[in-house]
Amino acid sequence: METKAIYARLNRVFQNVFDDDTIHITPSTTANDIEDWDSLEHITLISAVERTFRMKFRMGEISSMKNVGEMVAIIRERTPL
Amino acid sequence: MLEYPFDAARVIQKRKSLRRALLADGTPRLKKKIAVLGGSTTSDIVKTLELFLLDAGIEPTFYESEYAQYYQDAMFPGEELLHFAPDLIWIHTTNRNVTSYPQVTDPAEQVEEKFQTELRKFRAIWESLNEKFHCPIIQNNFEMPLYRLLGNRDCYDIHGRTHFLSRLNQAFYDYAQSHENFHINDLNFISASYGLQEWSNPLYWNMYKYAMCFEAIPAFAQNLANIMKSIFGKNKKALALDLDNTLWGGVVGDDGVDGIEIGQETGVSQSYYEFQSYLKQLKSIGIILTVCSKNDHENAIAGLNHPEGVLRPEDFAVIKANWENKDQNIAQIARELNIMEDAIVFVDDNPAEREIVRVQRPGVAVPVMDSVETYITTLDRNGFFEVTSLSEDDFKRNEMYRTNALRAAQQAAFQDYGEYLKSLDMHATIDDFLPVYIARITQLTNKSNQFNLTTRRYTQAQMEQVFESDDYIRLYGKLTDKFGDNGVVSVVIGKKNGNVLDVELWLMSCRVLKRDMELAMLDTLVTKCRAAGIDEIRGYYYPTAKNGMVRELYAQFGFTQISCDAAGNTVWQLPLADYQTKNHVIAVSGNPK
Repeated sequence: METKAIYARLNRVFQNVFDDDTIHITPSTTANDIEDWDSLEHITLISAVERTFRMKFRMGEISSMKNVGEMVAIIRERTPL
Repeated sequence: MLEYPFDAARVIQKRKSLRRALLADGTPRLKKKIAVLGGSTTSDIVKTLELFLLDAGIEPTFYESEYAQYYQDAMFPGEELLHFAPDLIWIHTTNRNVTSYPQVTDPAEQVEEKFQTELRKFRAIWESLNEKFHCPIIQNNFEMPLYRLLGNRDCYDIHGRTHFLSRLNQAFYDYAQSHENFHINDLNFISASYGLQEWSNPLYWNMYKYAMCFEAIPAFAQNLANIMKSIFGKNKKALALDLDNTLWGGVVGDDGVDGIEIGQETGVSQSYYEFQSYLKQLKSIGIILTVCSKNDHENAIAGLNHPEGVLRPEDFAVIKANWENKDQNIAQIARELNIMEDAIVFVDDNPAEREIVRVQRPGVAVPVMDSVETYITTLDRNGFFEVTSLSEDDFKRNEMYRTNALRAAQQAAFQDYGEYLKSLDMHATIDDFLPVYIARITQLTNKSNQFNLTTRRYTQAQMEQVFESDDYIRLYGKLTDKFGDNGVVSVVIGKKNGNVLDVELWLMSCRVLKRDMELAMLDTLVTKCRAAGIDEIRGYYYPTAKNGMVRELYAQFGFTQISCDAAGNTVWQLPLADYQTKNHVIAVSGNPK
């Protein structure tokens, strides 16, 4: 899947999970930029992303991703072109 | 969106907006305080549980113990929990919380010692909580382990974890059987139903300390919410059932009785047969069956008399088979049974009919019934009729609603209503509570909405406290007539304050409306008050969306209104000096000696 398309779909997931239509993610977005993005909501987010893109994160990745850009890189690697 | 079968991922992802929408929909809800004592992470479970409770008309506030502090909180509750004073406590433990599993090398005595240690820990928790909080307790049983060290032998060898957990579960059930306010959340069943392998995916434990996979949370939360809504009196009472392609395959009006599919002949007819058998079982636990079908009445009756069918016309309290719109028929069914529309579950295979009812009758539950082989699980998993207590009355309920129909027929034959009442040959038992009726009395306080002056709800534990206290005058009323026994139908609880009795609860089942039963209750209440040296009764009316019918009850009784606030709450008084007996149609006696 194209990076641009991934961002568009991923943005929708973020908006749903955090119930905030004004969210606009970029590669450098981190948990610090989104008010409700704490360690508990992180699980909800991961689960929603996995479901939307029909892929799974590996255990180590879930806690080591530093920003949205790294998340998109993993999604891109695991979804068909 | 929160009715089974739901899309778990969507429920999780949309949780916040769902919650917002539910809270904004204007439904009046019961406010309840729920303490969650967890042995693993509970945060997302509690947030999802909240959605199911809001959807069922309950607005919870939660106390959540710190991570895995269930034992400490139960044995040595802190100020916060004590101050919280929960209406209900749920203990969320799983097989991850068992600390002393047997080793294969353990001799039998040591295995037994480990078992007793584990059980003692839980019994101490339950007893401590019961003593401190006097409220219902919900305890998870254990799900089966993800792996079996001894393979299949694990389930019967005393060293096997499967065996060990099964034994603990059995001991939990023994406790539940002998303690009324103790309920099991059947984690073992719901994890098996979901798929144990998926459920127990260790990633969620190792990463987040969740004892189940994330997407299983809605299924788990719904199963748990079902118990809570039953405890708080939010169960459904009746089914309104379509006929064609719901109770049998085919259309009886077109295909004829011989053409419909029901019985043992084909796979399809067997599926309908199983569904009818399931409904018959629901009837046996007191769920009222009614028909709501677009059909000629004769055709409907002919279909229900199909020799291979399970259900018969007399299994239904009301049969509405006509060409009226179904939302109209459902409103009519509710009126005839004297129940609220939101106590009805509408079962119909036709999506268009379901949509009309969903829009026109917003309180009615309308589960998606797509294909006959899923009918049973759809009704079952939604927990509309979750059983937390079973009273004698539940077994007899259908019979009572049927005899009500007979009474209505008799009434039509009398010119004078008083003559009609006398002809019913009514006998009532009105007296202080008896232990055998406490379950039914509690159930009534949670179910009665219309003839209920204060709509005060009691848990079984609270009712037992009232029963054991000398501060109250308590009355239950049981009514029998020539058509049958109505069971316990009315409850009054008054608190003694010097020479005044404050009536905290006055309710009556709508199945005995207009029978002068309320007058008989008042007569006995006055007698008991006089015997206790009380010379004034004070009545309270708190208006709700449903109890408008008793707004003027105390006025009709001859009370004088002494106050009314902006919300319409009224207070009434009745001096007993000149009270004259009011009931002249029911023969009243006290408890059997």
